[in-house]
Formats: sequence, structure tokens, C-alpha cells
Amino acid sequence: MPTTGVETLRNRVAIVGVGESDIGKVPHMTGLGLNAQAAKRALDEAGLKVSDIDGLLTAYSFTEPYFMLGTVLCEYLGLQPRFNASMVVGGASPAVMLKHAAEAIATGQCNTVLVCAGENRATGQTRDQAVAALAAVGHPYFERPYGASIPGCYAMIARRHMNRFGTTPEQLATVAVTTRAHAGLHPNAHMRKPITLADVQSSKPIADPLRMLDCCIISDAGGAFIVTSAERAKDLRLKPAYLAGIGEFHTHEHILCAPSLSEFGGRESGQAAYRMAGLGPSDVDVAELYDCFTIVPIIELEELGFCSPGEGGPFYEKGAASMGGKLPVNTHGGMLSHAHAGAAGGLFGIVEAVRQLRGGLGPRQVEGAEVALVHNEGSIMSSHCTAILTSQPR
Amino acid sequence: MTQELPAPIVNADSQEFWAAARNDRLLIRKCRACGKTHFMPRHLCPACWSADLEWVQSSGRGTVHSFTIIRRASVPEFAARVPYVVALIDLEEGPRMMANILGEDALKTEIGDPVEVCFEARAEGARIPQFVRKVK
Repeated sequence: MPTTGVETLRNRVAIVGVGESDIGKVPHMTGLGLNAQAAKRALDEAGLKVSDIDGLLTAYSFTEPYFMLGTVLCEYLGLQPRFNASMVVGGASPAVMLKHAAEAIATGQCNTVLVCAGENRATGQTRDQAVAALAAVGHPYFERPYGASIPGCYAMIARRHMNRFGTTPEQLATVAVTTRAHAGLHPNAHMRKPITLADVQSSKPIADPLRMLDCCIISDAGGAFIVTSAERAKDLRLKPAYLAGIGEFHTHEHILCAPSLSEFGGRESGQAAYRMAGLGPSDVDVAELYDCFTIVPIIELEELGFCSPGEGGPFYEKGAASMGGKLPVNTHGGMLSHAHAGAAGGLFGIVEAVRQLRGGLGPRQVEGAEVALVHNEGSIMSSHCTAILTSQPR
Repeated sequence: MTQELPAPIVNADSQEFWAAARNDRLLIRKCRACGKTHFMPRHLCPACWSADLEWVQSSGRGTVHSFTIIRRASVPEFAARVPYVVALIDLEEGPRMMANILGEDALKTEIGDPVEVCFEARAEGARIPQFVRKVK
């Protein structure tokens, strides 16, 4: 076993329970309520008691912007933990929380950490409020005066990728179509109705080259997972998913300060995760990649070594990312179709990875999945975290 | 007529930048220690952490690194302006900044286009740097 750095975490912890709240339009529930529902489902399937939880990590909420959200959530859930924080690295938060949970458990600060996130983004605010809240992510002094939107920032990344590598609007649309097809296999996905390339390419233009169906959906949703020591995980109800590797990297916050529009921190976070796990891209059976816009998983496939730079579009186009393909991607339907509600969006990638490793998912099961990779990113390809989970300690 | 858009928010890091913009001058930060320029003015040089910085005037010439045409505005103030171009401009001096491409041919913008700074009036007498295409 390695004795230094983050690699000492390898195989030390496991995810032993995962949960999703009701997803879609859930107007009768608050954001905290969605977190609570997901947490209860995760705890119940793990076969643990509330009193077993002695740590809590959560992210942030636009619709219920409590100061000290982690402590607020502990209060709401009746928890008095020894370890608690609200972590804000945007969409990268869930995987980063997994890393911090692992560190806390491995260093004996606590035994069992509940990680959860969720918001009522679909019904807890008007559509204009939702869009305006996201616009606030732009730099307040040097981006917002120009009316840049989040889709606009990702559109500039997409445009650069198209210019440099020849990526096409059809390839972007293929990502949306593939991901929607996967969502159709998931009973709790928000958007399950199949779509075609023509649907994507005739959807409302948002920020060229991105159209409405190139953008993630807006949902009410909460997600949760429970992390405990690998030792404790052995005698729990379900097959644990072991944390084999994890790494993060942060290069900028605002797109105007991004070192590059075609190379991002996913390369470094991925390499750190592979190194810790002693695994490489060819060992991965299923990948759950952040997909706030269709260009994003294309770039992540390249950054994480699943294909060469510029080959992410063709990877989708030839069906390699589809169920039954070389590397099924976003088997739950991703943020493009399953759910997007703040940090819960990326958290569902972790939930799905754990379920794939357990097996028995019927038509959406990746046959014999033993190694799953999850990639989360926050803001405009700014903060990255890659996690590798395995069905057995390796 | 396009409605006047809000003035930019001025803070201690950017006070001189926006004051100069009111006189149609585009300033960037330059480090006296390492010689590097940066955009988004800061208290210290992000390359070497020296706090010995000066303001230099940009030539105002640059090229389009990437761009998008916004078809749906994210804030109501910009709704009347759609479709409009948001671009990342690489200034001749090195730093990259965001701006709109203005002018009648703005929607014809392509990556690599040469552009030149211009200044647009905003509320409260503010002026902000923008760019126009200089394609022959």
C-alpha cells in the first residue's frame, strides 16, 4: 500500500448506500426535503441507522441559499455530527466531497459520512430567476457587463473545439440523443421521451452553436450517498463500491482567465485518479461524465484518455458511448436528461456508478462492470474532480 | 433604440481601469518585476506575486479567440440586444478579455478575426471597452 499522499486513501473507504429523491417537478417538497428524502433512501438501503452517521457534507443551494448549509441540513435531519462542511466548487463538489469524506474517515475523524446535495430548481424559483441566478456565475465586473451567459461561455468552448478539431453540431446533438436514450432506461429520470438528431437541431437556439437540447435540464432533485470505512462496509446490506482513485485540479474560475479553451484540468484530475488506483482508461467499464452541455462529455472523454484530442465527437457518433458500446457514458441519462439541480447533478453520476458496480440494473446494466469512473466539473470547466470506483478492492 | 445598459461595477482593483475607459482608453496591468501583463486587474501579479504593478495602455488591437452569438439573453437587460456577439479577445499585448463585437457585421464574426477596441456608453456616464471587426 502506498504510504504517502492521497494514494494512502486507496481502498480505504467504500460507498455503501445511494439514494435519489423524487425527481422532476416536485412542487410539494423543499430543497432540504429533497435532500432528506434522498438521504433516508441511501441510509435505508445501506442498512445503517441514523445514529451511525457522524459526518455530513453538502454543497450549496441557489433556491434556498442558507449561510452554513451543511449545519442547516444537520439541524433539519436531527444530526449532531463530529464532521460537517458545505463545500462550494460548483459541479465538482460531489466528487470533491467524496474525497474529503474519505480523508476524514481514513484519518479517524469520523466513521460514516452522509454526502448529499439537492435543490428545487424547477419549481422553487421562476424560470427567469433560475436563469438570472446562473448568470451571476459570470465574473461580476468583467463578464456580466457583456451579457455573457453560462451557455454562452460553453458555446465559446464548443466553437473553439469545432474550429480546432472539426467537431460538428451533429456530433453535439448525438450526445443529447445518446444520453436521452439512456434516460429512457432509468425509471426515475426526469426526461425519458426519446429525441432525434433533428429534434436537437431544430430546438430553440440559445448561444450558437448550442441549442436548447444541447443544454442540461432544470429539475427538482436531491441525491445522497453514504461513505464508510472499507472494513465497516464488508458486513452491510449491499455490495460496497470501493474508492480506488480520486484526484482534483483547479485552473481558473471565469472563462476569461481560463489558460486554454481546449485543454482543462480534467487531464490532471484524471491522471491523479488513475495513478492512485493503479488503473488506466482501458480498465474502465462505465463512465459517468459531467454533461451540463453536450460539448462537455466530448472534451472529458479526451481529457480522461478514452480517446485522442478531437476524437470525442466521433466517439459518440460511432456509438462507443452508447449502451453496448466500448464505454457506455452517462448510463442514467446524465444532467442532459436524468436530472440537474445544482450539485445534485454531478452527484447522480456517483449514484449511478455505484449501482452499475452492484449490478442487476436490467436493460441499463453495463455487463460485468467492475470499474466505474466519475468526472465532475464546476463553473466553466474550472474545478475538476475524477473518482474511480471498483466493485472489489484492487 | 437600444436601452442603455447598466454601468459596470467599480471596485478598488478596477477603479483606474474604468476611469480610463470613460476617456476611451483601454488599460491593462503590467508587472514591473517579471514584465508580464494580465487582464482582470489585481492587487498583485498572478505570475510572480509581485505587487509592483503599473497600468499600461493597450493598443486596442486584438484577435477573436472564440465567440458565440447569444440568442437568448440570461438577464432581462440584454433581452433587447439579442442576437449579440460575446467574444474572448486576445489583445496584442497578450492578455485575454471578454467583450461584445459591435457593428453591422458583428454577426459575421469568425475565430481569428482582427478586431479593434471601441467604447460604448453605459448608464451613469460610464463607457466600456467593446470591439469591432477589422476584416478587409
